[in-house]
Amino acid sequence: MDQHRQTGCPAVSPAVIVVLRRVLEVLSSLKLTILCLALAMVLVFVGTLAQVSSGIYDVQHRYFQSFIVWWHPTPGGPGIPVFPGGHLLGAVLLLNLIAAHARRFRWSWSKLGIHLTHAGLVVLLLGALFTDLFSVESFLRLAPGETKNYSEDSRHMELVVSTEFDNELDQVTAIPEARLRKEGVIAHESLPFRIRIRRFYQNSRFQPIGKAPPNSVPAATQGPGAGTVVYEVPRATAMNERDLQSAVIEILPPGDDGKSLGTWLVSDQLGAPQSISHAGKTWRFAMRPARYYKPFSLTLRKFQHDRYPGTGIPKNFASHAVLVDSERGENRDVLIYMNHPLRYRGETFYQSGFEKNETATILQVVYNPSFLAPYLACILVGAGLLYQFVFHFVGFLRRRKRLSSP
Amino acid sequence: MSKYSPWIALVVAGLWIAANSLMPDNAPEDFQLAAFGKLPVLSDGRNKPFDTIARNALVIIHGRQTLRLENGTRIDAKRWLADVLFNAPVADEYPLFVIHHPDVLGMFGWEQHDRKYFRYTELIPFLEKIDTQGQQAQAVESARRTPFQTAIHNLRNSLILYQRLKNSLRPEVTQGFFDEITQFSRAIPAGMAAMARREKGESFNRREFEFFVGLAARFQTMGEMANILPVPPAPESRGPRGEWISVGASLLQAIPTGKIDEVTKIYAQVGDAYHDGKPEVFNGEIQKLTGWMSRNEPGATNHAAYEFLFNHLAPFYQAMGLYVFAFLLVCGSWLGNDRRLGVAAFAVLILALVVHTFGLGFRMFLQGRPPVTNLYSSAVFIGWATVIIGLILEKIYKDGIGSACAAVIGFLTLIIAHHLASGGDTLEMLQAVLDTNIWLATHVVTITIGYSAMYLAGALAIIYIVRGVFTSTLTKDAVQSLTRMTYGVICFATLFSFVGTVLGGIWADQSWGRFWGWDPKENGAILIVLWCAIILHARWGGFIRSRGLMVMALFGNVITSFSWFGVNMLGIGLHSYGFMNKAVPWLAGFMLSQLALMTIASLPLERWKSFRNG
Repeated sequence: MDQHRQTGCPAVSPAVIVVLRRVLEVLSSLKLTILCLALAMVLVFVGTLAQVSSGIYDVQHRYFQSFIVWWHPTPGGPGIPVFPGGHLLGAVLLLNLIAAHARRFRWSWSKLGIHLTHAGLVVLLLGALFTDLFSVESFLRLAPGETKNYSEDSRHMELVVSTEFDNELDQVTAIPEARLRKEGVIAHESLPFRIRIRRFYQNSRFQPIGKAPPNSVPAATQGPGAGTVVYEVPRATAMNERDLQSAVIEILPPGDDGKSLGTWLVSDQLGAPQSISHAGKTWRFAMRPARYYKPFSLTLRKFQHDRYPGTGIPKNFASHAVLVDSERGENRDVLIYMNHPLRYRGETFYQSGFEKNETATILQVVYNPSFLAPYLACILVGAGLLYQFVFHFVGFLRRRKRLSSP
Repeated sequence: MSKYSPWIALVVAGLWIAANSLMPDNAPEDFQLAAFGKLPVLSDGRNKPFDTIARNALVIIHGRQTLRLENGTRIDAKRWLADVLFNAPVADEYPLFVIHHPDVLGMFGWEQHDRKYFRYTELIPFLEKIDTQGQQAQAVESARRTPFQTAIHNLRNSLILYQRLKNSLRPEVTQGFFDEITQFSRAIPAGMAAMARREKGESFNRREFEFFVGLAARFQTMGEMANILPVPPAPESRGPRGEWISVGASLLQAIPTGKIDEVTKIYAQVGDAYHDGKPEVFNGEIQKLTGWMSRNEPGATNHAAYEFLFNHLAPFYQAMGLYVFAFLLVCGSWLGNDRRLGVAAFAVLILALVVHTFGLGFRMFLQGRPPVTNLYSSAVFIGWATVIIGLILEKIYKDGIGSACAAVIGFLTLIIAHHLASGGDTLEMLQAVLDTNIWLATHVVTITIGYSAMYLAGALAIIYIVRGVFTSTLTKDAVQSLTRMTYGVICFATLFSFVGTVLGGIWADQSWGRFWGWDPKENGAILIVLWCAIILHARWGGFIRSRGLMVMALFGNVITSFSWFGVNMLGIGLHSYGFMNKAVPWLAGFMLSQLALMTIASLPLERWKSFRNG
């Protein structure tokens, strides 16, 4: 997240005041409003068309959840700023709105609707900002009978290294994807060795070395990676595709001069964790979707998928689950289905999909602390616009009546 | 013009409706197909009459609701369906399948003909080719298909539908279906016994076994192909969850008991009678079925009868005619400067609105849903809402402008709806995510009213520009009243578009877990809101006056069309259940026409006929 900091102005000279006044004038001007709205329209339009080729996720980040839209003439090369992004336009509109009201606010009944509308817009824009900043989306996949107390990120991976702590507990060290992407050497006090990320692949495909073109080099020296060639491929753009991240890691002893213990290929595609023995312990490591742990668990009892008789049109998807929260002493059945999510402890669980021959469920888990903002905004703006419309319409009708019957 | 002209116009319009509604559904025939058309069956997940199946299938395969033969004779949908169901060899010779694309014809080695309808028998040699090519096309996302792929894919689907229909109630080829099932019911005990002995490894009667198994396999195939499920869950032979089943499935269900379902037996006799040309038997059996259905399935029977009535009355078709009539009256009132004709137009419009409302209400009753559930019904609803707003404007200003806009938009939206119906059933069942009446009634209705208001504002702008540039009738008063109207309608559009968009966000938050996801349809909605906001702020700031307002309202037409249709053509996003790409050229043409009008509106004012002399 970019950070913008404004510097204060301790020594105030008349020239500064003039400049400030001018800035405030521009900031509160109607022209700026119209300019920003027009730019927003262009952005939304281009951002919609761009989804055809780039996919909705990429477009969201590049166009709408950014301050500047960058254009990269060569893939991976330097970018040229070409357009204000969604965050910048939203922020300027918000400032513009607040500045305009601060400067020109005058109470009158005829303007009540306008004020309500704009107050609602402020709530809406702030809500959107908070959502962008603080909301977290993840997925919870459950097979029948399975219990989980965590959800998984659908886009980001983590590298986990674990070892047995005692008979009941494992010690787990998780390295987030953002750190993996930077590559380089990672040392952590919980690990008796260092990990060098030799290469991180945002989206990759594997091929057994036997089927690869001659002279191909295996991805790693140890484990399955020794028999596999890795290719980097462009990022996934289609709605139903996602990147298959992988990395080649090297395990180094703690000292700077120790001999490498070898390199491994890690990826969610590989399945079972790999392991090494070091310092008298077995260390397992794997790349898996990043996890968000919760103080409660969900168990799937049954997933139900109804269709209209004699057709393939889905009628309903429903997950029958059990929620257990020992902290709060809750143990109850929950039913999650289309348009009826489960809201619990600030998180919302939605019926999102299914897998494994329609027996397993996929729930989308959303943490969004500002989810009420749109509701409030809708009421404020709706009431404001309605008030304004009716107020003027009735006034207009009265005037017409007076004119036509002198 | 006489002072009675409003009444005369109303009477003419009323007579037209009466003539359309009371006209017998088909000329008296030996076979009582109307009674057949009313019978309830289950298809595509809902109960409907044969009449609806016939019309929808014919629209999908043939492109229209009646079949036209080469010699110009028209065949009613019910009769066509009866031929397909019961008399396949005759149906196979109808020029039914519509093929436009030259490359599809080229694939068959045919040069582009002067005709576009082909018989099933003509296509038989190419069925395999169509199937392979169609499957290849199916693998491609619908938005990315080439016109050839779309054409071959549609043809394959039409053929599949046709073949399924042919085997729904009776096997395509049979010497007599009633005999066949009678023999089957007799063969069951011996056949089952032979099967049991065979499983135990004992000696068994091979002839009896093979006869029984052969028929059972035949009925199973039939049941799998059927796309009409005509057998209701009879008390003793209920399906797994009391569902309607196909004839084939019902015959297989008879195996344990040896007793064939009553309805299945009657349908077998209906089919044989039709096939053998015995109207008295056919009519008698249909009457028996009707009686049976109204005793045992009164709900489905009534529903089917109502839907039959709705199909027959065709209220939207009638409303279309009335809108044209009303528009002609408005034009007459302008040309003749005759207030009376304006009043007549208003009266006819009210009548049209009543018919339109009746149709909308009838659809809601049939579907048990709020008015807008798919693109088709959105077009019907946009027209309806525009007509109401237009009539309110007319009531206030009484200058024919509100009436003219109402009539033109009412007519155009119903034409659009008519073309959107080419996908088949417009009362289709709703996907799981749409299965919520609250949101359909709030979000979808509000946002659609927003579209209506945008189009009305655009229509007012067209009147302003055409009158101003090409005629000298745009007086100062007219400028003032048109500006007021347009501005008021845009305020109204802002209210509904904004509330509708945010309600959509809340629905998305309820069902997908995010308030806003920058999905194309959401973006289309926000574009309308942004544009309305720009217009209003530009007007408040004094940056635009009348003409600017009109130019911007025109561009509103472009944006609304993009939001309503354009985003669906991108073929991406969560809202693409209403996909259609046949309309691309029409949409592009409409947008270009609006841009052209905007250019005309930008001519310097001294080029405007109305302002030339000051």
